[in-house]
Amino acid sequence: MTTPGHRAETEPLAQRQVALIDLLDRLLSGGVVLTGDVVLSIAGIDLVRVSLRALIVSISSEVPSPFAEPRRIEGRDDDG
Amino acid sequence: MSDLMTYVYGVTRADEALAERLTALEGVVDAPVHLISDGNGLALVASSVRAEDFREEALRRRLEDLDWLSAVARAHHGVVEAVAAYTTVLPLRLATVYLDDARAREVLDAGRELFTDRLARLAGHVEWGVKLYVDPSAAPEPPPAPADAELTPGRSYLRGRRQQQRHRDTAHQAAQRAAEGVEAAGRAFASERARHRVQQGTLAEAAGENVVNDAYLVPVEQGEAFCAEVRRAADGLAGVRVEITGPWAPYSFAMGPEETGGAAGAGP
Repeated sequence: MTTPGHRAETEPLAQRQVALIDLLDRLLSGGVVLTGDVVLSIAGIDLVRVSLRALIVSISSEVPSPFAEPRRIEGRDDDG
Repeated sequence: MSDLMTYVYGVTRADEALAERLTALEGVVDAPVHLISDGNGLALVASSVRAEDFREEALRRRLEDLDWLSAVARAHHGVVEAVAAYTTVLPLRLATVYLDDARAREVLDAGRELFTDRLARLAGHVEWGVKLYVDPSAAPEPPPAPADAELTPGRSYLRGRRQQQRHRDTAHQAAQRAAEGVEAAGRAFASERARHRVQQGTLAEAAGENVVNDAYLVPVEQGEAFCAEVRRAADGLAGVRVEITGPWAPYSFAMGPEETGGAAGAGP
């Protein structure tokens, strides 16, 4: 089986530079989780998510981490 | 203790031709790529990497380095994609590492039944990503109301705010309609759907507000029809943009819905 020759975008696959955020969605929350000998699996991924918050999210109570579980945000102005 | 460890990218059905193709690839940290076979047709796609790069403490530190993370993620993806272009692959989560090939083979043996089932389920399918954005700037602004001498500046300001709010609400309603259209395309052409968290933060560079970030598992031959239908879902809707990514190896469908931690998995 081969992947289809047609593309969502017009560029060929080889030139398609995927966005890092789309890749991280898949590599950090998709994929089979096996318990490795270096334990950064399930529990470790949470650790990774925490670390990544500093990089991926400009830390502010307004912006929950894309990797954190949804949580109630304190102290937000009601802008309605 | 060996100074090499085994980094694994995915599970696949092995054959000579695939093994041959893999020799041309560069994996994470430029390591060569090889197959670890179980002798019964299943194999792990793997690289030998330096232990000092992937021991727990080093890994923790390095995963906080966005450049390193990005390089490893792209290399991992490059290998998965090369295998996916040839045969069905079950991608593994980033940074799955074993002490050596023998240990990795034990894990392959232990999961044999599961891996065989998953590979069968994913065969002949690819993953498409579908994102919807609310982008009011892409919609024509309503004309400002004529100045009303009757209104105090405060009231006039509030009226302006209400108009902006209505404009935003309209875009969100349009996005809701687009989402329904996308879901209909999914029901018509896809085998499964997975939902990802909406994209926010500094890596989310696209214009507008991401309101839907889903993945669909679609038979290869239905891809074109599915994408056309998805694009039609946002046709004529002001302030809504649809973005399709893919085809991807079936990352978001590698785990069963019962095992996913909520980020990916069957939607409600």
